[in-house]
Amino acid sequence: MASQQYCTFYLDGLFFGVEVMKVQEVIRYQEMTRVPLASDVVRGLINLRGQIVSALDLRRRLNLNDRPKDQLPMNVVVRAGESVVSLLVDEIGDVLEASEDDFEQPPETLAKGAREMVHGVYKLPRQLLLILDTERAVNLENTPIERR
Amino acid sequence: MESPDDLVKEFLVESYENLDRLDQEFVKLEKNPTDRETLSSIFRTIHTVKGTSGFFGFDKLGSVTHNGENLLSRLRDGEIALVPEITSALLSLVDAIRKMLCNIENTGNEGNDDYSKLVETLSRLNSSSSNANQIKAGSSNPAKPDTANADVHQPIAMAPISAPSTIPNQNSTTSEPKSATHDVDQPLPANSAVQLPPTIPALHADEKSGGLQEQSKSSGISESNIRVDVALLDKLMNLVGELVLARNQILQFTATQEDGSFVTASQQLNLITTELQEGVMKTRMQPIGNIWNKFPRVVRDLASTCGKQVRLEMEGAETELDKTIIEAIKDPLTHVVRNCVDHGIETSAVRVARGKPAEGRVFMRAFHEGGQVNIEISDDGSGIDSEKIKQKALQRGLITTEQASRMTERELIGIIFMPGFSTAEQITSVSGRGVGMDVVKTNIERIGGTVDIQTKAGIGSTLKIKIPLTLAIIPALIVTSGGDRFAIPQVSLLELVRLEKNEAREGLENIHGAPVYRLRGKLLPLVDLNRELNIKNEDESAQADSECTNIVVLRADERQFGLIVDKINDTEEIVVKPLGKQLKGISVFAGATIMGDGKVALILDVMGIAQRANVISGVKDRALNEQQVQIASENRETLLLFGVGREGRMAIPLSMVSRLEEFPFSKIEKTGDMEVVQYRGQIMPLARLSKLLQMEDSAIAQDTSDLLKVVVYSSQGRCLGLIVDKIIDIVEENLTVKCQSTRKGVRGSAVVQGRVTEFLDVENIISNFTASEATAVGV
Repeated sequence: MASQQYCTFYLDGLFFGVEVMKVQEVIRYQEMTRVPLASDVVRGLINLRGQIVSALDLRRRLNLNDRPKDQLPMNVVVRAGESVVSLLVDEIGDVLEASEDDFEQPPETLAKGAREMVHGVYKLPRQLLLILDTERAVNLENTPIERR
Repeated sequence: MESPDDLVKEFLVESYENLDRLDQEFVKLEKNPTDRETLSSIFRTIHTVKGTSGFFGFDKLGSVTHNGENLLSRLRDGEIALVPEITSALLSLVDAIRKMLCNIENTGNEGNDDYSKLVETLSRLNSSSSNANQIKAGSSNPAKPDTANADVHQPIAMAPISAPSTIPNQNSTTSEPKSATHDVDQPLPANSAVQLPPTIPALHADEKSGGLQEQSKSSGISESNIRVDVALLDKLMNLVGELVLARNQILQFTATQEDGSFVTASQQLNLITTELQEGVMKTRMQPIGNIWNKFPRVVRDLASTCGKQVRLEMEGAETELDKTIIEAIKDPLTHVVRNCVDHGIETSAVRVARGKPAEGRVFMRAFHEGGQVNIEISDDGSGIDSEKIKQKALQRGLITTEQASRMTERELIGIIFMPGFSTAEQITSVSGRGVGMDVVKTNIERIGGTVDIQTKAGIGSTLKIKIPLTLAIIPALIVTSGGDRFAIPQVSLLELVRLEKNEAREGLENIHGAPVYRLRGKLLPLVDLNRELNIKNEDESAQADSECTNIVVLRADERQFGLIVDKINDTEEIVVKPLGKQLKGISVFAGATIMGDGKVALILDVMGIAQRANVISGVKDRALNEQQVQIASENRETLLLFGVGREGRMAIPLSMVSRLEEFPFSKIEKTGDMEVVQYRGQIMPLARLSKLLQMEDSAIAQDTSDLLKVVVYSSQGRCLGLIVDKIIDIVEENLTVKCQSTRKGVRGSAVVQGRVTEFLDVENIISNFTASEATAVGV
């Protein structure tokens, strides 16, 4: 059976994965310039070797609780279409290989906002790996999410 | 539909380039019908197109070009003479080729148009071997001075060049026609080319230095140039920008190091990076001639359509501009040139009756000045009749009778930039549809340029366009608000006002909750950046500084407003970078930039802020009134008033001043006899005005703690500081010299604010100053 490689990370206790081919790089916390008037998902702009990249707070995007103030996020820089966007996550995990045998659609009971951005779930031995739909996650136009 | 493969694409690109050159050459040829060099070049181009089209199986293209080639070969050999009929036929041949190429590009085939008529004309002209002998006899002599005129160095340079380049690749197809040309019209070089082979090595060595340079200048476009994808250049430019930042960090680090070889290495890195940056910037620059090339043809065609005689002259075609700007001004310029020919220049009969030469003249000039590119397009035609404009504008309901009676001459002429205006009596295919000058103006303003027109009825008009050198890098004012830095493009910046605590309390007033400030007697609406952007000041130290109020006076769509910011930092050249699509909806930001310390700063969109703060209202009538006020105030000039010597009161136009600075006397250093100060990484010479003008020197500081007031004037990248005694005020006045001056360095005097004030002749002062000190400056 075919298998896929995923770059994994943690968000508020949940275990997420993004297809390895979509990840450009993973970098530690970068100083950001806030953008007034922008959606509160956009935490700021970072300078990625001369390219200006928007940093999206994935916790806010997925309607999770805000990260404690003293915890600095990591950047998972992903390519989405033409643009490059940084996703702010709590912690970086390993690159995992998951086989399609363990794949399943996300349960209907998942909160509506989050469900749209989760492709599916891999049932790993110890925990569940939620696969993030990066294209949807970085597109702020269609799914304005009410904050809890 | 099949997309052409790479080879066909190459062919198309090359042919388009050649065709563009053809247009120019035909016009040149018409003036100078016996110029063999031009004829040969045209022949070569057509020949190449024919050859390649045969190779790709474009038969129609092949047959059309074949007939053209036949005709051209006889022209070149002097068997028939170039008459206007032939020129027209050849030009329509070029058009036909262009059309077919266009079809090939879009659909992959030549299209279904019928060119049999063109083929027929070409072959008919070809068969009419009329005055062949006569031409042949006459041509050899007159041709020589002509070619000599056109390219003085070329015939001389050609021989050595073509020899080495031809012989190594004798098999290449392009070199064959070239040597053939020499056989025909230049017996001497051709002979020497024949004799050359045995002596090649020696000659090659000799010519390496001089000859090869000539080659790149005159002949070898294809040999010395390669095509590069613009996207690649952009990427290089980004990377170089990053390199510069990394270099800056290393240089800062170097300062704390003592290892000599490390310091040397980083200095080396510093120099190379700077040079690399300049080089990469240059790659994006293109001469404006690239778009001017097509104007001779435009003018020729249009003039013959209108039945006028028009000569186009150009100056400064080598002036370089960023590629994106070149693209942006292409259409506006074409429009202006067409306007000149269609509206400006009169018919020959009218011109003669008015005592002008029968042939009209359109003159295009481009030059660099003050970090901007100036383009002037003038004609010696009928000029713009303000009375006629008034009538038309009234007729079209653009202005009311009451408004018209109040408008000055200059304001009336400004109407031509209003949407929906045209002076043409009739709508022709050429112009008169009323979409014109307003589009020109909007397009130029979109890229941060300005348009101005000067005209005299009966004598002609001049359109002056000023545009920035590049779009990618813009000068900007950096301000701090709410603890973050923001960049404001300098094009929209008018002035800066700083109110101390007391002044702020008195100066800032409210009209029903809308804060305003009286700026020289006029009400200036104020916008608080912190409030507009919903940001709070997190930085405590900045709060303490907020005892004084900083107002950045901006212009948005002919309206002025003041933006209140926490702190004004400095001006800087910034590289504009786009924002991600997550932020596209926010109209108050035009982009972002990376500052010297590597952090990101947002660029404010002045229009966006004005709209958000409701500074700009949508009411049209009001906009028109504002526009008139604007025009009226353009007649006036903003003057900087300052004191020189004990009593002297002088003024210079504020536009000539780049900054006002204060330097403590202790900062002044001396090189030779001259006083200088280190200023923004440059050594700025200082001139004591009172000394230069031989006025009694007065209170100017001698004490080390005193501050010297300096008016900084900069031109062509060099600065000069004029030391004055005090800065008095900035006023708006009509700059009319009432009384001419006999003193050197003074243009004259007038009454400003009720007191006699002298106008300083800055240019004179500077040329005198730099002439006498130039050796000392050594810049």
